Amino acid sequence: MDFKLSDEQRMLEETVGRLVRDGYPFDVREKARTSELGYSAEMWQQFAELGLLGVPFSEDFGGFNGGGPELMVVAEGFGRGLVLEPYLATVVLSGTLINSLGSDAQKEKLISAIVGGELRLALAAYEPEGRYDHTHVAATAEKSGDGYSLTGNKAVVLHGDSADQLVVIARTGGNGTDRDGLSAFIVDANADGVSRRGYETIDGLRAAEITFNKAAAELLGEEGKAIDALEASLALGIVALCAEATGAMEVACDQTLAYIKERQQFGVAIGKFQALQHRMVEMRMELEKARSMTIFAACSLDAPAQVCAKRVAAAKAIIGKSGRKVAEEAIQLHGGMGMMEETAVAHYAKRIVLIDHQLGDLGYHMQQLESLLDVDDDAA
Amino acid sequence: MDINFTPEELAFRDEVRVFLDTKLPKEIASKVKNGQHLSKDDTVRWQKILNEQGWMALHWPKEHGGTGWSPIQKHIFEEECAEYGAPSVLPFGVNMVAPVIIKFGTEEQKQKYLPPILNSDVWWCQGYSEPGAGSDLAGLKTKAVREGDHYVVTGQKTWTTLGQHADWIFCLVRTDPSAKKQEGISFLLIDMKTPGITVRPLITLDGEHEVNEVFFDEVKVPVENLVGEENKGWTCAKYLLTFERTGIAGVGQSKAALKHLKEVARKVQQNGKPLIDDPLFRNRLADVEMELMALEMTNLRTVAAAQAGGVPGAESSFLKIMGTELRQEITDLFRRAAGPYAQPFLPESFEADYDGEPVGPEFANTVSTKYFNMRKLSIFGGSNEIQKNIIAKMILGL
Repeated sequence: MDFKLSDEQRMLEETVGRLVRDGYPFDVREKARTSELGYSAEMWQQFAELGLLGVPFSEDFGGFNGGGPELMVVAEGFGRGLVLEPYLATVVLSGTLINSLGSDAQKEKLISAIVGGELRLALAAYEPEGRYDHTHVAATAEKSGDGYSLTGNKAVVLHGDSADQLVVIARTGGNGTDRDGLSAFIVDANADGVSRRGYETIDGLRAAEITFNKAAAELLGEEGKAIDALEASLALGIVALCAEATGAMEVACDQTLAYIKERQQFGVAIGKFQALQHRMVEMRMELEKARSMTIFAACSLDAPAQVCAKRVAAAKAIIGKSGRKVAEEAIQLHGGMGMMEETAVAHYAKRIVLIDHQLGDLGYHMQQLESLLDVDDDAA
Repeated sequence: MDINFTPEELAFRDEVRVFLDTKLPKEIASKVKNGQHLSKDDTVRWQKILNEQGWMALHWPKEHGGTGWSPIQKHIFEEECAEYGAPSVLPFGVNMVAPVIIKFGTEEQKQKYLPPILNSDVWWCQGYSEPGAGSDLAGLKTKAVREGDHYVVTGQKTWTTLGQHADWIFCLVRTDPSAKKQEGISFLLIDMKTPGITVRPLITLDGEHEVNEVFFDEVKVPVENLVGEENKGWTCAKYLLTFERTGIAGVGQSKAALKHLKEVARKVQQNGKPLIDDPLFRNRLADVEMELMALEMTNLRTVAAAQAGGVPGAESSFLKIMGTELRQEITDLFRRAAGPYAQPFLPESFEADYDGEPVGPEFANTVSTKYFNMRKLSIFGGSNEIQKNIIAKMILGL
């Protein structure tokens, strides 16, 4: 048992840490957030130059061959800086799915372009009626010429507004929430039959409602057999979200602690009041739990399927629960200042809370955990 | 980064398992698992078995008969003991007074006190709290006045756990009433058979006799029973309170209890279905399970940090709060699992030789007493509010 980072992981941590410290001060982030794109294309190029876009991919594509712990290190650093760029959408969700399912030719073309910073992707999996259930897929694809023709609606596609191409989950068989019959496709985001309604999310990111009407699609992998690879990518995405939340929670705690040491009322720093001290302690306790569970999930992706599923669900549920407490308390302890758009901690609070609305919330993952209650699992 | 045990650690775990399989008396383990009373003899018997194996003193240096185990080994050992239903080792001698004697005692004191502690020939209890000194321990008033080669001790200690069995008590006493609160305190070892000592039982809300009051009426204590310097007892007290306690999170106990709770919830029927299928109950089970995972990983992170040479400090306060809240939550779920049968109170059934009929399902007999008994977890060893004060001061700098 060893919780220390390896030398390579520590280098990765330092790279991301330096980038966020130097390149991501709050005012710079605000400028990128309010730009038309919603993030910085220059920053994306820096990610490419630093090799960050290749973390989960093999060395053949200029990648780093990283797994859960490596993505955790990157995402936690991004969480500290509230990074806006479409890393989760492009690299973690779409990229790893292409990596699992794609042919050599597809990977050569697409993964290399991701690593080089030339291709931004979004995963269009969830649907308007499906809430957090990735098996609830009504979109269909049928053979058409050399490729497929895809029709359906996809909901709140993270960074779907600016993606160059979309990885879309559609049915080629089965119905309802059948696990069989789900296929993954590559669709050009600007192709005929694709219409996107992009918008800003409350936490400052971008997303889109996307409608496909007989859009030309290219199959990834075997027809009807995408579910395992999809779930592996979603699990990786959950690890990244947990880590991002942990990084953001850490900063929210630090900023709140600094604030209550500085803010004077009744002639003393408000951090002298025991009522606030105990709440601050509870925030830190939630942060520790979040960090522990993120590590647990990140190191469990290679465990037997049900054990992995149980730990990942538990981690995301803890993040939902602890994150809400930390976010609400960070605002509360900042008083009126916590309510202000100009206050950084408010943006951290928003991101932390909204992470619970991505890839399954507390309720959804509690249900997953309930269904896996009998899975015997000895940690360590 | 690797959350799995190394092959060496796994081999050690196997060694511990073989020991527990062969040496832990089945009748004692059964009492622990069923929540029945353990006698003094049960505890002493088990501790002597541990000592024969050389596994009694986890936290002592090797030269005094300690195991010399790493933090991870200690953690594995404590986890396995909980899983197998081994009685908890009584901490007052081996884990509390002994480390103080090793650190601050004279050579004579070490030779006199340590071997009988190791072999459980002497039963120790703790004389810290007083009616007027709980969380504010330094407010203690029991005084010791030097008269020749003796101290004369007068005052009262309270919440003295299992003091009814004790041969010796270690006490914080005031030796300089004029000094500032913390500065006039000394650490004294007192033979419970000394004239002037009276032990009175305190019965707790679950009907148990676990704690006592101990009265001192001009009790003569030889000067050589002083540990460390006179008026420097607070240093000993603090050392003892912050002494490495890998088991503070109680992960092993919680895991064993949750496992038992799931078994119970599979058996108990509600509307013709097992209780474990009740959505509300299942939701709370899942909540406990995920909180327990978080606690276990946080505990392992602390253990690993200690393994790497870090000194566990105020972080153990986090573990105390999280661990005790979780153990209490599990006792609440047991109470709910019993439903109406949480009400009957049959203390005679807590004895291992009870041969009467249970009222309701067997597990239900002890759920309520256990629930009320476990309220103590968030009060003793520094209440959870005091732990938060410690974290606020030591970690957050507030």
